[in-house]
Amino acid sequence: MSFPLLTVIIFTPFVGAIATLLTPSRRPEYARVAGYVFSIATAGMTAYLLWHFKAHHVGYQFTELHRWMPTLGIKYSLGVDGISLFMVGLTALLFPIGLLASAKVDDRVKVFTVWMLVLETALMGVFLSLDLMLFFVFFEVVLVPMYFIIGGWGHGRRVYAALKFFIFTMAGSAFLFAGLLALVFLHQSDTHKLTFDIQTLAAWAPKGLDNSTAKWLFMAFFAAFAVKVPLFPLHTWLPDAHTEAPTAGSVILAGVLLKMGTYGFLRFSIGFFPKAAVDLAPLLLVLSTIGIIYGAVVATMQTDLKRLVAYSSVAHLGFVVLGIFALTTQGLDGALFTMVSHGLTTGALFLLVGMLYERRHTREISDFGGLWKSAPVLGGLFCAAAFASIGLPGFSGFVGEFLTLIGTFVVHRPYAIIAAVGVILAALYLLWAFQRAFTGEPSGENATIADLDFRELACVVPLLALSLFLGIYPKPLLDRVEPAVKSTICHVERTTHYREPASARGRSTACAASQEASK
Amino acid sequence: MIAAAVQHLATPHVDALSFLPEAFLGGAAILIVLIRSALRRSSAMFGLSVATALIGVAASGGAVFAQWYRIDVDGPYAAFNAMVAIDGFRVFLAAVVLGATFAALLLSIAYLRREGLEGPEYLALMLLSATGMLAMTAANDLLVVFVALEVLSIPLYVLAAFDRRRLTSQEAGLKYFVLGAFSSAIFLYGVALTYGATGTTRLVGNASVPSIAGFLSSNTLLDQGALFAGLALLLVGLGFKIAAAPFHMWTPDVYQGAPTPVTAFMASATKAAGFAAILRILLSGLSIYRLDWRPAIFGLAALSLLVGSIAALVQTDIKRMLAYSSIAHAGYILIGLEAATPRGLAASLFYLLSYAAMAIGAFAVVTVISRRGDDRHALDDYRGLAVHHPVLAGLLTFFLLAQAGVPFTGGFVAKLNVFAAAADARQYAILIVGVIAAAIAAFFYLRVVVLMYMTDSEDSAAPRRVHVDPASALVLAVAAVLTLELGVLPATMLHWAQHAGLLFA
Repeated sequence: MSFPLLTVIIFTPFVGAIATLLTPSRRPEYARVAGYVFSIATAGMTAYLLWHFKAHHVGYQFTELHRWMPTLGIKYSLGVDGISLFMVGLTALLFPIGLLASAKVDDRVKVFTVWMLVLETALMGVFLSLDLMLFFVFFEVVLVPMYFIIGGWGHGRRVYAALKFFIFTMAGSAFLFAGLLALVFLHQSDTHKLTFDIQTLAAWAPKGLDNSTAKWLFMAFFAAFAVKVPLFPLHTWLPDAHTEAPTAGSVILAGVLLKMGTYGFLRFSIGFFPKAAVDLAPLLLVLSTIGIIYGAVVATMQTDLKRLVAYSSVAHLGFVVLGIFALTTQGLDGALFTMVSHGLTTGALFLLVGMLYERRHTREISDFGGLWKSAPVLGGLFCAAAFASIGLPGFSGFVGEFLTLIGTFVVHRPYAIIAAVGVILAALYLLWAFQRAFTGEPSGENATIADLDFRELACVVPLLALSLFLGIYPKPLLDRVEPAVKSTICHVERTTHYREPASARGRSTACAASQEASK
Repeated sequence: MIAAAVQHLATPHVDALSFLPEAFLGGAAILIVLIRSALRRSSAMFGLSVATALIGVAASGGAVFAQWYRIDVDGPYAAFNAMVAIDGFRVFLAAVVLGATFAALLLSIAYLRREGLEGPEYLALMLLSATGMLAMTAANDLLVVFVALEVLSIPLYVLAAFDRRRLTSQEAGLKYFVLGAFSSAIFLYGVALTYGATGTTRLVGNASVPSIAGFLSSNTLLDQGALFAGLALLLVGLGFKIAAAPFHMWTPDVYQGAPTPVTAFMASATKAAGFAAILRILLSGLSIYRLDWRPAIFGLAALSLLVGSIAALVQTDIKRMLAYSSIAHAGYILIGLEAATPRGLAASLFYLLSYAAMAIGAFAVVTVISRRGDDRHALDDYRGLAVHHPVLAGLLTFFLLAQAGVPFTGGFVAKLNVFAAAADARQYAILIVGVIAAAIAAFFYLRVVVLMYMTDSEDSAAPRRVHVDPASALVLAVAAVLTLELGVLPATMLHWAQHAGLLFA
């Protein structure tokens, strides 16, 4: 038996949580150190995973399989492919940074660290599970630590925001639960095999389900993932949760949690119900386009800087869903790229807003002014983060949005054109906010704020550097993502009448051809 | 001729092992009453009674274990002319009942001392009630069910009113008595009508013993009115005992008013016993009529889920809230029955086990925190509990999250199994109601958690000093470990639940 790398990645933070729990409450520095050690250890192992992941390979790697609940055919089954790989990487990266950014949290540090580490375990589990029930279990567990992090260490209306977050997502996943059970037992009555294995179900479901059942189940899965993304009009929990959460909470929420929804669309909605996905794609395209424009317009109207960044997430995730349901190789590449890029850039923006809040104890844009003069490094980094988020060429945001728009344009021209307006609006809201907060002459408290210290630089700079690196040289990411994207598209083509137009394939070959080649 | 007839008068073969568990419990109860009268005011009297009670439960557990061993070797069997059935179902639920009784007894020791109610009668009553519950798990005859129902109910009426200085306790006892007596009478009427329709009260039997199942499978009823009326009345009577809506009206008042350890006992053991009867009657006696009783169970389940979850939202008293939540849990367990498959039965059994652990755990925390007087149960009394008692708050959070069905707790695996059974049986309507109720329920459990954790320490209203005695600590620890174990490594228990099938089913 080989080294169970994925299990270790999932449970190292959990071991860390237990270790943290055992530190004395009077010595918060021990808890902090434990948090750093275990999250960095996880990041180290994830780096090993990224390094040894074989690019250009189709299918899951590093798989593990054990019995868990045999009476229900539920297994402990793990594996990683191009779709999940970078989500795992993003999770591993953002947690040490989130903990480092929380160095100013001095209220119940131990409990905060414990919840953060539990959250990391749950998120890793979500992305690495190959068993539908195991996935669902982690999907649900994520709610609990996030709920406590928002409710316990947030701002202002934190309890309201935490509860709203919990209720929305819980209601969504209730439908997912019903849907996945129905799927599994329909599979059982057809094949007399009770299993929650994602690959088995994905191989059976497209042919085994009749159209209307598939549509119902698609909608049940949709309910859970659309709330998580969040897709317009189910997004109303997001601005509250993001705004009231502590900085680390916002970073994780935007960076990783929202991606659970788009990951679910990619892995399950398309994998299990390709026919329904093709048929219902127009609905998703319309909703995501509305999300892009609506998120951008509402963001422009915000007076609270953090709320503005929160609404910008609605717009960015709209791009992701647009790219996914364009159902083209480039669209999916773009969607996955944007998922990573959004985690980096929005993460950086939330960190910077959090640092501003620590200095001025306000997030109102009108309270700021001329900050670039008094804190040039902060201003410069904010400027860079804003540009990265807008999607300036050279930053990762550009590559993601560009691929998404191209991938959409070849099949659904009107949506791509409308969505492109969202890119311009993004420049409007972020630059306008930047202008109001950072340019001009500083007055009052704004004139005397401290610039970033080393710790704060260590939080923000890696994210922006990575965004810049991927913006200039996206190949390492695309090489690993593309086989998985390709096999997803081929899965759709194999099981439906949908055919991807040749112009949307980018560098890759047609499905039939690639199957020939692999033989 | 006449002599021959007399010789053939059948006396039932008495199989000692089949009633040994009940005999140990009942014997211990009688022994406690004797100790009480022999030692009177001696200081050792209460301690001796407690020891007797605990040993009685343990001995009964040993006897159940012996039954299990015998089933394992010889297979399930019927005794007393098939009046009782000793099968995996009986052993599983008997284990739940005995475990719950043991925990309730442990919780009661410190409680009775604290409240100055150190009467051994309390222990005797609890044991007698548990005797009835044990009999219920084996009952294969409607009359045995009725006798068991009375034996378990009458001591409970007294137990609910045991804290005689507290008005709410007296009210609880009276309310429970009046409504309980009604429901017993209705149940008996149902027995009579079923007997009228089928000519027997035995649920299932073999070739030599006439039974309801046997009669219905070999005869076609021209007029089913009497049987359906009987079935409906049986359901009303048992619906009352398991606290299923719309027969739940007593539950909040009685759960709130009764001494808290008694509430824990009622939520866990009584529910298991009530379900033992309803599951056995419907799944083995009347399984042929499943298409007819299924809509009724659907109604009970859906109503219980919605009434329990929605009414719990507005409660301001934790015991009332847990009472409504127990109504909702009855709904989940009924989902397994509604599926009417072996998978559904196993799911209901597993649910009863994990609910017993979660409910006892939650009520144990409530017992410990309520302090002398047993009347501080307002949710406001839990404000900021985590500040002074992080461990108790953590445990209560864990039990509440388990009841809400958060993964890696027994509550999640239990819900997973009943929902899976519903999906398996293609009962999507009840599945949808179930998941919606679960989403609603998350709200009120979290409300308590919010109060405990997300309150600043200044306006903490929670008690500063709370004494946790070793017995209660043991109960809390075992309940927590069991709830966790059922959530993380449920394979063994699921296997047992699956093999706890019904005799002749």
